[in-house]
Amino acid sequence: MSEPHVESAGWEAYAAGHEVDEAETTGPTGDPGPIHEPDPSALLEVDNVSLRFGGVLALDQVSFTLREGEIFGLIGPNGAGKTTCFNAMTGVYRPSGGEIRFRGDVVTGRKKHEITRMGIARTFQNIRLFPEMTALENVMVGADAHHQTSVVSALLRLPRFWREEREGRETSMELLRFVGIEHRYGNVSRNLSYGEQRRLEIARALATRPKLICLDEPAAGFNPTEKEDLLGLIRKIRDTGVTVLLIEHDMRLVMGVCDRIVVLEFGRKIAEGAPTEVRDDPAVVAAYLGVPADAA
Amino acid sequence: MTEPTASGPREAEPLAEAAPAVPTQPRAGTTAVQSPPVVPAAVVRRATVRGWMARQPWPVRAGLILVFVVLAYLLPYAGDIPVIGPQIVTQGIDWPSALFDMSYYVLLALGLNVVVGFAGLLDLGYVGFFAVGAYTVALLTSPDSVFNTKFVWLAAVPVAIVVALLSGLILGWPTLRLRGDYLAIVTLGFAEIIRITADSTPNFLRGDRGFGGLPHPPGNKSDGTPIFGVRDATPYFWLGLSVIILVILAVRNLDRSRVGRSWLAIREDEEAAEIMGVRTIKFKLWAFAIGAAVGGFGGVMFAGEQGFMNSSTFQLQFSILILSGVVMGGSGNIAGAILGGALISYIPDRLRGISDPLTHTDLFQWRFVFFGIAIMLIMILRPQGIIPSRRRAMELKDRAKEAAPQ
Repeated sequence: MSEPHVESAGWEAYAAGHEVDEAETTGPTGDPGPIHEPDPSALLEVDNVSLRFGGVLALDQVSFTLREGEIFGLIGPNGAGKTTCFNAMTGVYRPSGGEIRFRGDVVTGRKKHEITRMGIARTFQNIRLFPEMTALENVMVGADAHHQTSVVSALLRLPRFWREEREGRETSMELLRFVGIEHRYGNVSRNLSYGEQRRLEIARALATRPKLICLDEPAAGFNPTEKEDLLGLIRKIRDTGVTVLLIEHDMRLVMGVCDRIVVLEFGRKIAEGAPTEVRDDPAVVAAYLGVPADAA
Repeated sequence: MTEPTASGPREAEPLAEAAPAVPTQPRAGTTAVQSPPVVPAAVVRRATVRGWMARQPWPVRAGLILVFVVLAYLLPYAGDIPVIGPQIVTQGIDWPSALFDMSYYVLLALGLNVVVGFAGLLDLGYVGFFAVGAYTVALLTSPDSVFNTKFVWLAAVPVAIVVALLSGLILGWPTLRLRGDYLAIVTLGFAEIIRITADSTPNFLRGDRGFGGLPHPPGNKSDGTPIFGVRDATPYFWLGLSVIILVILAVRNLDRSRVGRSWLAIREDEEAAEIMGVRTIKFKLWAFAIGAAVGGFGGVMFAGEQGFMNSSTFQLQFSILILSGVVMGGSGNIAGAILGGALISYIPDRLRGISDPLTHTDLFQWRFVFFGIAIMLIMILRPQGIIPSRRRAMELKDRAKEAAPQ
């Protein structure tokens, strides 16, 4: 195989419960390439993206565009391809067709850490913090993404080490305060409550200084009060100039906070627009209520 | 910009089924936007998982470290301690030599701890880097070498360390994309390749015949006799101990920095680490290269003291021994690695020259029996090691919980 990153070897990845990131190694699929011209004013362009896992078409020529400063919702029933779409954006999967562009640069095919440095950060549906690191250290790992300290400056404690360590610590504390868990900075993240862990993931993602933050079901398992708090936090993130892409099941939350929404079903885009438009779209209603599209 | 917020009842909407109602709430009082009191920066500086030592006030720490260091340098005179002294020192091998052996075992354990303990990469062929260091010294200094360069020992030191480091990079570059067991097999193969190459190139690496006439470290006493002679190993131990202190400082500096955080993140969740911007391959390579350089340094020390070396030193069991030392002592913890490394060298040497009451053979012959039992006992009673890393102990507890039936 010509793939450079054969990092997860088959059975082991299954045993560890991770997704296998070799979906793209099935060879040429004949999926069409990009069809749109790059749009310099767009923040993120998902252009005709398809993704196959063997015979299953998880994403089927999906296109949408995010503009800077908006809160964008990605919704759809279970298995619609929302998380797959996130994974394609953040380099976990490589699309078998189409192209993803971020501020005009092609994202598809880049390494995960490169994409993060380009300005796309994400959280995970099933929380994936570093469980034995403290809350502060978790965020500092994110902050390290834009640091330069390497082995030599750390070894010799050069000025850069002190400067960046201090800067990382301070911005990380600010971010913990921003998401409202500053007082938990010294606790290992495993010992944080579920809600605190979700917030910590957001802080860690923000520490990489993203232009776009992708939140994968951040409200899953939250009670109504917590959801309300989260809405406030999402708006606050947007107000700092970070564009938000939100995957969410909770319709009310999505409708309340998003400027625009894309609806996926079985890997295809079935609707796009403002929340009120999408809400009344017969195809969306059918997808959620299970009525056949032609009968609706 | 502002869309309708989720504050009104919407039961009539077609999507209501998928969306449980959110009760109306004033936005202003949300906890997310409240700022709790600022935690003092001085407190935040230490916001990491700390062991017992790190929790002591600094004068206590400095004092303890000083006492440890002084005692370590005085170890060659341990035999003079009344009553317990004779129990401590080895009998079948002179005590300073045993101490020197301990010093390079500790050095190797420290290096392997970076690879296995910090970055979580299982390396079963660590002796390969030790061999690279030792052979580089031999090739550069020995009169038996095909190069016939006859470097002095000190000049060969930096070259050997750099060669060992490069060998780590060369081995790591293609193989660090592998995970877990696969990497272990590759490293195992690497060490064997070095040993077998040595055995099968009688003129280059000279197999069993080995290299003789290796020079010792430089320096003369006031009476003109060399400091590093052949009769007393004490100066070698002091040299080894000094190198160990330097390596401890270096490894500790790396651990408490962006580099150490990256290693830890990789160990805990490699994919999440990469998505958070950690260059996983780069930092794994560094762990490998640093481990290799320290292992190579161990080889340099070994060659400098022995004066002679051949391929029989670099057996597979040597790698396993170092690894078991790291795991026994406490993987991921510098103090644990030191203790583990010292024990795996001290225990067999202490058994030397004691005849067992049943078969009247040297107890040294039974060393692997003792080791086997010791390792089993430690793994059953204290799987995190004798002086564990607190984080590692937590990880083990988590895994035990995951494995236990609900």
